[in-house]
Amino acid sequence: MTAPRPPAAVEVEAVTCGYAGQVVLKDITFQVPPGEIFFIIGGSGCGKSTLLRHLIGIHQPTAGAVRFFGAPFNHADATTRRGLLKTFGVLYQSAALWSSLTLRENVALPLEEYTGLNKREIEEIATLKLAQVGLTGFEDYYPSEISGGMKKRAGLARALALDPAIVFLDEPSAGLDPITSRKLDDLVLEIREMFGTTLVVVSHELASIFSIADRVIMLDKQQQGIIAEGTPRELAAGSRDPRVTGFLYRGDRPPPA
Amino acid sequence: MSAAPATNSARVSAEAAGEVLEVALAGRWHITETRPGWTAVLAGRSPRWVRVSVDQVEKWDSSLLLFLFEMQQWCRMAGAHCDTEALPEKLTALLAQLSRSHETSVPFDRTENFITAVGRATMEVWQKGSDISHFVGECTLSLVKLAQQPHKFRWRDCLHEMQQCGAMALPIVSLISFLVGLTLAYTGALVLRQYGGDIYVADLVGLSMVREMGALMTAIVLAGRTGAAFSAHLGNMKANEEIDALESLGISPVDFLVAPRLLALGLMMPLLSLYANCLGIAGGMTVAAMVLEISPTAYWVEMLTIVDLSDVASGLIKAVTFGAIVGLAGCLRGLQAERSAAGVGRAATSAVVTAIVFIIVADAIYAVIFDILGI
Repeated sequence: MTAPRPPAAVEVEAVTCGYAGQVVLKDITFQVPPGEIFFIIGGSGCGKSTLLRHLIGIHQPTAGAVRFFGAPFNHADATTRRGLLKTFGVLYQSAALWSSLTLRENVALPLEEYTGLNKREIEEIATLKLAQVGLTGFEDYYPSEISGGMKKRAGLARALALDPAIVFLDEPSAGLDPITSRKLDDLVLEIREMFGTTLVVVSHELASIFSIADRVIMLDKQQQGIIAEGTPRELAAGSRDPRVTGFLYRGDRPPPA
Repeated sequence: MSAAPATNSARVSAEAAGEVLEVALAGRWHITETRPGWTAVLAGRSPRWVRVSVDQVEKWDSSLLLFLFEMQQWCRMAGAHCDTEALPEKLTALLAQLSRSHETSVPFDRTENFITAVGRATMEVWQKGSDISHFVGECTLSLVKLAQQPHKFRWRDCLHEMQQCGAMALPIVSLISFLVGLTLAYTGALVLRQYGGDIYVADLVGLSMVREMGALMTAIVLAGRTGAAFSAHLGNMKANEEIDALESLGISPVDFLVAPRLLALGLMMPLLSLYANCLGIAGGMTVAAMVLEISPTAYWVEMLTIVDLSDVASGLIKAVTFGAIVGLAGCLRGLQAERSAAGVGRAATSAVVTAIVFIIVADAIYAVIFDILGI
């Protein structure tokens, strides 16, 4: 007898999304198994961030279903939805730290909202999460007092506050220098290694895609959907679609095999 | 998500064998669910040796870490040996990281002593005064420069601002001025009626509106409406680095952003003030007609015996000054705003407060000057 297959961490089925009656993406279907680092890639304006905002519930898909570990998310009632919100954390493109709170308070807020821990315990966890992203000593700084890379790391610490099973990252490397960007990639790998977290990353950073992605889907603006799916190496080596090779080789022709 | 079955929830069993306490953890440990506390597990016992195992733990996260950390801390305080050798490597590493972050995290002390605070506040006041003087000077030079080169002036922005702070403000200015005139008439009538001088309500309302209240009330309305909007807009532009982009192109933000706004307010304020005067007089006239049985003609004729063009001119001079104050305060606070959402909010508040304080101060100064000049 074979064991039943565990449900996918993220399951997107025939999702159509857009704003104000305008369709941006249609019929998007993919699955992300638990523990995978999954990249959503594509050129600027192809709808990567739009898709992410629809996955995390900021906008409702006009059609289709989003499931986390088999539980429907976009059609769920308020109570179920609130329960599911705890299963994922989000790092926004601008880090979106609350400017009136210190870094420790930023990380502590989800813990205050969703756990019954006392103040001291919440502070311990917040301090630990900040230490995990390398921000020891900056706990009482305000977001305006730290650099862009540090803001991203603090945003990641906040996304990890509730030890979510899934973390969504929207353009984590945007605006960062290559070394900081590389450090963030290492951090993503470390989080997966340590906690078995599923990571869904929206990016167009080729260095990140080739160094940490297990699997990628590529979106296209004209087609309003997925034009390629596979590992980065497969796509780079095997795709006959010039849009895919063009993106992965930055417009240059692929090197001879 | 459905609640986990009771058998899977986090649980601890502790067995004492002499001075050794064997602690076995089991179930799913999740931060958002309740977990056993170390004190309850201890149940008043004081072991010299605590051995912990997590073999039966199905899933864990920071919740388990917190429990183990609490246990470690207790052992350290009680002088007991904490045996964590049976823990998986990952857990030991995280526990060590938690201990390290606990020890190395030093609260960032933002407090300062009284003398330092007073000194800093004094320097801030000095700096603020200096900033205001610089800004006023810069704006004056900018307006002079633009008068010499009018083709460089951003007339389109100026017209847009004139519409925003002038035409769009008409409804609120109408309401406030009419009600102020009404209130003044009622208050005046209370006293004047006792001496049979009902008709002098026209003088009271006319003079108060034209010399004082028309300009003052319009300025206060515009400080809240337009001054706050200027500072929020410029503050947001600063947060988005739009001001930096102007400066890096060698374009003065004062020429580009402040001058059109100042001119728009400087032109619109006297017009709005005249309009407010008319509405205030109409308010007084309404009370006179309906309550005091004074005809509008009698009211008008009586008012003209006391209100002359010099009164109107003094009101207009004040209106121009108040308009400049509202514009300067709004733009200055916007350009000084911190680059954050909270900073923009503080800038808007500060713009309104600064404008109102300076309007009242300017009004008092004008009262003294006009008295000396006999206007």
